[in-house]
Parts: sequence; structure tokens; C-alpha cells
Amino acid sequence: MIKISAKNVDVFYGKKQALFNINLDIEENQVTALIGPSGCGKSTFLRCLNRMNDVIDICKVQGEIVINDFNINDKGCDVVRLREKIGMVFQKPNPFPKTLYENISYGPTIHGMAQSKQEMDEIVETSLKKAALWEEVKDRLHEPGTGLSGGQQQRLCIARAISVQPEVILMDEPCSALDPIATAQIEELIDELKKEHTIIIVTHSMAQAARVSQRTGFFHLGELIEHGSTDKIFKNPDNTKTQDYITGRFG
Amino acid sequence: MNKNKEKLLAKRYSSEKRFQFLGKSAIFMALLFLAIFIFKIFSTGYTAFQKTWLIVPVNFDAETMYLDANPSKEDLEEADYFEISLQSMFNLDKNANEKQQNELKKMVSYFFEREIKQELINDPSLLGKTKDVYITASDDLDQVFKGNYPRDLPENQRRVTDYQLKIFDQLVEQGKVESKFNLSFFTYPDSREAELAGIASSFMGSIFSILVCLAIAFPVAVLAAIYLEEFAPKNRFTDFIEVNINNLAAVPSIVFGLLGLGILLAVFQLPRSTPLVGGITLSLMTLPTIIIACRASLKAVPPSIREAALAMGASRMQTTMHHTVPLSMPGTLSGTIIGLAQALGETAPLILIGMVAFVNTIPGSPMDPAASLPVQIYIWAESAERGFVEKVSACIMVLLGFLIVMNLFAQIIRHKFEKKWS
Ligand SMILES: Nc1ncnc2c1ncn2[C@@H]1O[C@H](COP(=O)(O)OP(=O)(O)OP(=O)(O)O)[C@@H](O)[C@H]1O
Ligand SMILES: [Mg+2]
Repeated sequence: MIKISAKNVDVFYGKKQALFNINLDIEENQVTALIGPSGCGKSTFLRCLNRMNDVIDICKVQGEIVINDFNINDKGCDVVRLREKIGMVFQKPNPFPKTLYENISYGPTIHGMAQSKQEMDEIVETSLKKAALWEEVKDRLHEPGTGLSGGQQQRLCIARAISVQPEVILMDEPCSALDPIATAQIEELIDELKKEHTIIIVTHSMAQAARVSQRTGFFHLGELIEHGSTDKIFKNPDNTKTQDYITGRFG
Repeated sequence: MNKNKEKLLAKRYSSEKRFQFLGKSAIFMALLFLAIFIFKIFSTGYTAFQKTWLIVPVNFDAETMYLDANPSKEDLEEADYFEISLQSMFNLDKNANEKQQNELKKMVSYFFEREIKQELINDPSLLGKTKDVYITASDDLDQVFKGNYPRDLPENQRRVTDYQLKIFDQLVEQGKVESKFNLSFFTYPDSREAELAGIASSFMGSIFSILVCLAIAFPVAVLAAIYLEEFAPKNRFTDFIEVNINNLAAVPSIVFGLLGLGILLAVFQLPRSTPLVGGITLSLMTLPTIIIACRASLKAVPPSIREAALAMGASRMQTTMHHTVPLSMPGTLSGTIIGLAQALGETAPLILIGMVAFVNTIPGSPMDPAASLPVQIYIWAESAERGFVEKVSACIMVLLGFLIVMNLFAQIIRHKFEKKWS
């Protein structure tokens, strides 16, 4: 099943074009990895999917991005509803400077997802459990989220993202600030999360892309050079650039 | 080679030492000047908190006051106290000639009649009896008693005559002169007579002005800052506005005074000399300070927090109100307090809008005429009487105290907010 389908997407930062005619389909309940050298437009593409580029004044997005048969670049698209469905985890952990509990309950509160305190408690607990953080923090839910370690903070951000039960989770280099153990935990988590969510992850680590993803897209200088199943991209790519990048000859 | 390196290292160390020495001496100088200033203020000002009283026996003679034996309250209010008051002063020296009697009268404040009246109204049973009453000494005698008055000047250069000094010394000997805490300094409005002048009017005037200023400047500035920082598109026009706000912060305060004069008083016909007009004028001055502080602290909120909230599906308004603004509050509040502290010490614009007028009533609302503390300092510093010298310093002390309390308040608020957020 195709969850997201990008058609002829061009992105401009002012006069400079950052993405050229991207066509990419994202499969439901799979992990799609986006790889490519620095500055090739992976983050830009990811941010198109929940319209985070709106925040940047000079950024213009053209083309169609269809999610659930609906073009999110349409004028009628409600970004608040869109972002409720499409969660995002950033490169650097960015918990709110509030308590752990408030971090998780923020999304459900603004979207009116809990009728009572009890329901909210449940949402917080399940989100933290899914993010494999519950055991570590259950006794200090009312302490500031900024007091956690980097890896814990990133899992907190993942818990925050899944608290509103998004259909898609976008992850932009979620492990780049983490040590190998925390990275392994998050990778495990991604594997778990794909049962219920569609995941798109940007990563610089070939190994990570190979480990966690089912599908991979390779970007270069703003173009999507090649995409397909992870197996194929890593073992038998069609394009020599892909081959070179994966084998570490450039990038 | 190695030797060269060592030389260089020694040079670096000595330059660091030199720098530290310079820094320390700069701090020392600053502290020294502060200490001298504070010492000066306190040593001249502390006597203003004491006031000299003459204890004078007063004969509450019903006949002299045209009262019958059992007067009603109204009768007491209406009665003529002038005669008995005068008589009690004259009684200090039974042999005084007319000129000397006049001098006797001038040994106390012109308020003495009212002080005597108050005594009888508080205790009507005194009628027909004689009682020692505390009467405010004239400011010159007050200064003499405090030792601030040079007694060895030739008589024609003094404001107290030899005769007055003689009587005064007699009274001192009899223990009939007393120095007590000068409550009236805090409860009386301004007066032409130094012994009666107080800061009640200017203190209340300052409080009202600051409140008006806060009530106008804070919400307007915060809204403007939030709009400019979080919502306004970044283009030439908003750049232009930004430059102008920064310019506004640098405009001399007297210009704002002219603005207040020309627009608030002339066009809108608001009442002159009132804290309302003063507060509005001051708020024009405070506005850019708060806007700049608020924008700076909004800018200091990491963009990642905004992105986090937006990515959770918060609207821009929610992102701003739930995350950015609370995080920027400590900085905004300290900017506000700094702005208000500036406004509190501002004199020139208030003089222009007429808050320099002589006000001898205590304002009950921002619509009543009032002075303000710095203007009061200015007025008193201009006065010739020696009695006002200590008042100036005392008023400065009150103003500084006010500022310290405000800063303390800012610190407390800041602390509270910061605890909550990190
Ligand atoms: N806010 C911006 N304003 C202007 N240009 C931008 C902006 N963000 C990105 N770009 C440009 O767009 C291009 C793609 O950037 P993007 O951040 O998408 O790269 P990336 O693939 O995520 O790189 P990295 O792996 O280093 O994160 C780059 O050339 C970059 O300079
Ligand atoms: Mg990136």
C-alpha cells in the first residue's frame, strides 16, 4: 500500500533550487531510509512531508504530495491536522523545557485527545512504553525533560511524537547525537514502531539504513537518483553514483 | 628557540596580570565612588528623618476662643485658635516687645495653630486647662538643633535672630525641645516650609505614574514584540519599523515630554500635572525598552522549541503562547523593570507636562495633580532654605530604596519563572 506519494516536487530557497523533480512513493508500515551526501536535500524533502518548510519564509515548494488521496500542498490543507497525522523527530533532541509528563501530554492536549486526567495518564504511559523509556522515568514524570541524557531525550521526543498516534513518523538523523548503545535502542524502537506507523528516516549511516529500512532512496545534489528496496539498493544498485556512495567512494 | 618561547610566555603572563590589575582597579574606583556617593547622601540626609519639636504650654481658655463651657464638635472645629496659639508663644517671654513677639511667633511653623487645634479636638476635656503641646519648630531652629546651622555668623546673615536663639537655648535647657521621628516627612505633601514638607504627594505621584506607565507600556510592548518577532513577515517594512524602534529608544526623554505637552495636554486636553499624563508620557519612553528586551528574549528561545511545537500540530499562536512567550518572560520582565526604573528616575518630561507644579495635596488617583520623586528632588534642590538640603538627600534615599525594591521584585519574579522552566 502506498501511503505517501510525491510527484514532481521542486523546492526553492529563494532563487536557489534545492530539490529537482522528486518522484517518490512511500510504502505504508515500512521504514524508508533517505540517504545521500550532506546538502543534497534529504532534510528539505522530509520537511516537505509535514509542511515544516512553511516556517522558512524564502522556501517555496511546488508539485504534489499526496497523503491518503489528498494533496497536502493544496491551499485547503490544514497544516495543524496534517502535522497531527505526521509526526516528526528532529536531529537534535528538542524536548520542551517542561516536565516529562507535560512533554508527552502537550500534543494530546492541544488536539483534545483525552477526556480526563486518567485518559491522559494512560496516553503518557503507553507513549513512554512504546518509546522504551517508561521503566527509566516512571518515577520522575514531573521532573524537567531537559534533565535526561541525550539518548533518553531523543526517546522522549519519539514518545512525544507518537503520543498523538500519527500515521507517519518523520525522523531526521535521529541518532546522530547519540552513542552506539542509545542508537541501538532507537533502532530497535523503529523496528517496533513500523507495525503501527509508517516511518521515514534520514540517516548518514549506511549501516543504519541497511539495518532498519525496507526501502531506500538515494539523493544527490537535489535529485533523487535511485530508490527501491533496501536490499536492491545496497547489493545491486542501478546507478553508478549510488554504487559509489554506498561503497564510500564519495560523500 | 626555547628561550624565545619562555620569554613569550612570561610576556603573556605579565600582560594577563596587567589586565587583571586594570580590571580590579576599575571595579575599585567604581565602588569607591559609589561609597562616597552613598556616604554623602546618608550623612546629609539621615537628619531629615528626625524633626524638632518645641514643647509649649498652651492655655485652652474658652473665653479667648469664644466658646461656651460645653461646646459641640462643630463649635470646636469653628473656634478661633489664633489668639490662644499666639498667646502661648508670647508667654515664652513675658517681657517681649512687639518686635520680639513677632520673632517668637516665627520660632514655630505656621502650622502651629492647627497643631494646637488638633490637640483640643482629640481631647475636648482640655478646655479651660493648660497643657504642654508639641509644636513643630521652624526649619531654621530645626537645623540649629541638628547642628547644621552656623551660629557664629553675624546676625544679619542668619535667618535666626539672636533673640530667637536665646529663647531657644533657654527651652533646650528646660528640656522643652525634643527631636522625634519625622513621620510627617512621609505623610505630608510638599510645602513651602521645609519643616512641613513631605514626600507623600510625590511618592504617590511616582507610584501612580509608574502604574499607568506599566499598564500601558507592558501590554503594548509585549504584543508589538511578539507580533514583530513571531508573526510579521521579514521584509523592508518590518526592517524599517525595527530601525525606528531602536531609534525611539535613543530619543532624549525631554522630546517625549514635548510630545506629551503637545498632544496629551494640548490636543486631548488631559488634566495637567497629573500622573495619568506623566505615566502616558513615560510609557512612550519605556515602550521601546520593553519591546527591545522582549524581542531579544524571544530571539533567544531556540528555534528547535518552536519547531517541536509546530511539528506536534500546534498552531503558530499556540506555539507562541504555550512555549515561546513563557520562555521569554524572565528576560522581558527584567527589561520591563529596567524600563520602569528609568521611568521612575525621569525628570525632564515630567517637568514639561507640568508635574513640577507646587502640589500640596496628596493625590488619590492618577487624575489628581501630583509631583514625582525625582521632580521633588529637583524642586527641593532649587530651594534656598537650608532645611531643604537634608530633604533632598532623604528624598534621594527614598528613590533609591524604591529602585532597590523594584529590582528585588524583578529578581524574585525572574527566579520563579526560571525555576519553572528548567
Ligand atoms: N533555510 C535554508 N535557507 C536556504 N537554503 C537552505 C536552507 N535549508 C537548506 N538549504 C539549502 O538546501 C540544500 C539542501 O539542504 P538540506 O538541509 O535539505 O540538506 P541535507 O541533505 O539534509 O544535508 P545534511 O545531510 O547535511 O543534513 C542545501 O544546499 C542547503 O544549503
Ligand atoms: Mg539534514
